[in-house]
Amino acid sequence: MSTHSGVKIDLRKQSDVVAARQSGRRIANDLGFRSADQTRLATAISELARNAIQYAGEGVCYITDESNQHTAKVQVVIEDFGPGIPDIEKAMTLGFSTSDGLGAGLQGAKRLVHEFAIETEPGHTRVTIAVSRPKE
Amino acid sequence: MAKIPILKLGDILLSTIQIDLTDQDALVFQDDLLTNVKETNAEGVIIDITGLDVVDSFMARVINDTANMAHILGAEVVLCGMRPDVALALIEMGRQLIGVETALNLQEGMEKLISIIEGKRK
Repeated sequence: MSTHSGVKIDLRKQSDVVAARQSGRRIANDLGFRSADQTRLATAISELARNAIQYAGEGVCYITDESNQHTAKVQVVIEDFGPGIPDIEKAMTLGFSTSDGLGAGLQGAKRLVHEFAIETEPGHTRVTIAVSRPKE
Repeated sequence: MAKIPILKLGDILLSTIQIDLTDQDALVFQDDLLTNVKETNAEGVIIDITGLDVVDSFMARVINDTANMAHILGAEVVLCGMRPDVALALIEMGRQLIGVETALNLQEGMEKLISIIEGKRK
């Protein structure tokens, strides 16, 4: 893990989803992100944390300050040890109007953040997202 | 969990969501509101979401479904108080609150709801 400061939130129950998105907002706020970016990040975390609990039973959310000299950055890793996503391409391209499941959450989250990466295989899924902004 | 209060003002139900809801809380709220609509024969419902700082795809669906179900029960629904950041995030996600009337704040929401109800009575 990063040497930067951060938090780890176990995702087991619905209230953990709320805790994760609130932590994300707080950390983004502390790093000087404007309100719209805080909301984008919190919303994306909410989608991904729910997916982890819903499809894998439980997961873990790491939120870290990855800022450097020039850029303020919040990175969020949401990881689970569930079945994995068999057809990730399909899950990501399913239309929003027709899907309220996994694809909707992933796609929604991706549209909200500056960086989005997903690695998935049976037994392990890791989604990494980040918002960043240039420092003044 | 905290119960979301639902107030009755004449033929209108007013509900203000002031805390961050879990998925289960949202579903309980939906159930409570619809039960209230049925029991009180409400003609209109205002859902004030000033206190929600995140509306993700699940919450958006619950709001949508609640409005549609209330409508089927004969009540008009106006959603008010959505924060600009929340509206922005919903649009960016490609989410729409289809078929839900919206207003900027509680006062405008009330005016809109009354005008819809009066229009229906004519």
